[in-house]
Amino acid sequence: MVIATIAFYLFAAVTVAAATMVIASRNPVHSVLFLILAFFSSAGLFVLMGAEFLAMILVIVYVGAVAVLFLFVVMMLDINFVELRQGFLQYLPVGGLVGLILLVELFLIIGGWVSAPQASQVAATPIVEGVTNTRAIGQVLYTKYIYLFQVAGLILLVAMIGAIVLTLRHRPGVRRQSSMQQLGRRRDQAVELKKVKPGQGV
Amino acid sequence: MTHMTLPSLIPVIPELALALMIMALLMFGVFRGDGSTRAVSWLSIIALVVTIVLVGMGPTEKTVAMNNMFVTDGFARVFKTLTLLGSAVALILSFGFNRDHQMERFEYPILVLLATLGMMLMLSANDLMSLYLGIELQSLSLYVIAAFRRDDSRATEAGLKYFVLGAVSSGMLLYGCSLIYGFSGSTNFVGIAKALSGVPHGDVSIGLITGMIFLVAGLAFKVSAVPFHMWAPDVYEGAPTPVTAFFAAAPKVAAIGLFLRAMLSPFGELVTDWRQVIIFIAVASMLLGSFAAINQRNIKRLMAYSSIGHVGFALLGLAAGTQEGVRGVVVYMTIYLVMTLGTFACILSMKREHGMVETIDDLAGLGRTHPAMALMLGIFMFSLAGIPPLAGFFAKFYVFMAAVNAGLYILAVIGMLASCVGAYYYLRVVKVMYFDQPAGAFAPVRGELALVFGATGLFTLFFFVYPAPIMAAAETAARALLP
Amino acid sequence: MDALLRDYLPIIIFLGIAIGLAGVMIGLPFIAAKLKPDTEKLSAYECGFDPFSDSRKQFDVRFYLVAILFIIFDLEVAFLFPWAVTLGENGVYGFWSMMAFLGVLTIGFIYEWNKGALEWE
Repeated sequence: MVIATIAFYLFAAVTVAAATMVIASRNPVHSVLFLILAFFSSAGLFVLMGAEFLAMILVIVYVGAVAVLFLFVVMMLDINFVELRQGFLQYLPVGGLVGLILLVELFLIIGGWVSAPQASQVAATPIVEGVTNTRAIGQVLYTKYIYLFQVAGLILLVAMIGAIVLTLRHRPGVRRQSSMQQLGRRRDQAVELKKVKPGQGV
Repeated sequence: MTHMTLPSLIPVIPELALALMIMALLMFGVFRGDGSTRAVSWLSIIALVVTIVLVGMGPTEKTVAMNNMFVTDGFARVFKTLTLLGSAVALILSFGFNRDHQMERFEYPILVLLATLGMMLMLSANDLMSLYLGIELQSLSLYVIAAFRRDDSRATEAGLKYFVLGAVSSGMLLYGCSLIYGFSGSTNFVGIAKALSGVPHGDVSIGLITGMIFLVAGLAFKVSAVPFHMWAPDVYEGAPTPVTAFFAAAPKVAAIGLFLRAMLSPFGELVTDWRQVIIFIAVASMLLGSFAAINQRNIKRLMAYSSIGHVGFALLGLAAGTQEGVRGVVVYMTIYLVMTLGTFACILSMKREHGMVETIDDLAGLGRTHPAMALMLGIFMFSLAGIPPLAGFFAKFYVFMAAVNAGLYILAVIGMLASCVGAYYYLRVVKVMYFDQPAGAFAPVRGELALVFGATGLFTLFFFVYPAPIMAAAETAARALLP
Repeated sequence: MDALLRDYLPIIIFLGIAIGLAGVMIGLPFIAAKLKPDTEKLSAYECGFDPFSDSRKQFDVRFYLVAILFIIFDLEVAFLFPWAVTLGENGVYGFWSMMAFLGVLTIGFIYEWNKGALEWE
């Protein structure tokens, strides 16, 4: 258990430090790399809580795909981030205030947790002992929560349509390989036999 | 292993049918190419009409389905019908504009349908999770629609702004939902209400109330109420006009419906807690909507501020927290929907040879150049200002009455003052139309636009003659939500 | 819970060794090696030249499209894992639940294929 505690503090500290670096580092590419680190260490936190499946999803989807997407976006946009950052000090008081309020609220809520001990007992889907995380999700997601599951599918469909609508462009005059056409070509379309008389050329 | 049977699908038939029709249309469109846009648009309108019929045929009494995550009752039926109508009319409005502005791609009606499906799910949400997924389905489609004219820098800016701020508000919503779940032990509306019932008022945990306030903030963003309104003017101005018409109509009605259910159904016990917040939001929205609109030159921006103000008035009914208040909101949103669609039909007719114009000064002398359109736009402006005997007056009348009967006298007085200030800028439009030198005639009005502003104008004008059906529908909706 | 964490102990140890080793290998040269930079040493090598502009070029938006389509299908696959684990318990109902989900995304897949979003010009 000591190792678990040490691991928790380690992962938590790395997450917070990496998250700070995401917004503090000057180079946007470094920000994305720090974001990946933050994702990784939060995955570690998930494992410590027993949520293995979420941890793996975090690594596969967020580190594997979302972070790459962020890199693309950062590289796609030709933004001078140093210039963007100039308003930083100007907005610091307001931003700091909002952050502070959120922090105070968080503390209030953590304090409130103690005062609502019954909450974890009435949880809608209690944690079953002796069932792995992935199995527990599978037991409810496709049957009890089928409605949410299908709506999630529709949302993914919207994402697909949206991405194509907003970014897909066909360049005019691009010649594509069409295997159907290639295969459908017959001999008489491709080859022409000509009798050439000697001495006259074609 | 648990025994599982197929859940009863009867309550979700309209949504299911709409989803299947959307996918069929998507396939139809992609196989036929962009030349099929007109066909897809008309088929989409038919799909919406079919869904309205299915909603009408559905169960009339309260029915829950899908493991208590989905509820359909009189309230949901009325709001769904309004939303579907709003979307259908918005699609009709988009025909001419989309053809003239290279927006004729078959994805547009499909995305409108997907957003409408999201709104229907929102209106039937009986669980924080289904609420969130409904909102996301709707918002994600709306972000794309806002930026649909991707080569226009203002439209893309509008889309991006909407997206970033919408993501922030979704974050707040989720944060609130997680707090509510943590402190009440349930995401279900009934479960939350059960966790709250019987608890003495002082004993409700701070965490739960904080979560509820975050939920209110997230929902206030979706209805663009002050102080979460900042996106609305920019998005309304930047987005293509038919998109603006759609944004101002259906999503707003759906979000108000969701707001009512989310406040009254699970948190009915906490009415004293959320009422203060709603009162603040309502007053701020009414005042900002009235004062900020005074200096607007762009009519789409004016409509954005006008819609902010109208949301404020509608929220008066929610602040009352009574059955009468809910009835007032339903009537308000019905009339608001009709007036807004009519006004946008007029705005979409503001077209000269070189393209669309959208400043108020362009309307100068409309009374002489286009008397019919000027008359209709005049009716809408008078009605939006709330001048009797037009429909807009009755809309305000019912919510004010509900507020007064709930003892919120000051609120009703502030509302009346705000509506007097608001009357100034609405009437300025009328003045420009009738008393200023003509600024040149518009191109001939397209048939479908004339049909829309004619029909909505007549509704607005003659609402007082026969208001009974709408009042009855509002009554059933209110009784379904607050028995 | 304890048993679960014990399963991950080897990974923690592995991670610790890997990070430690990498740190030592990167850190050692800074301590041990002699560093005497001068302008000639730091300049580009012989026939090389300094870069003309920022080495980070702007990307084509199509990379983004490919990435986002990848994410969507990545998520779809992520949903398959718990489904596969519990297929025996959920039975026919669970099976068709997933088939409906995959059906929706297949519609999307047909759409993007037909639109030519998967082609690289």
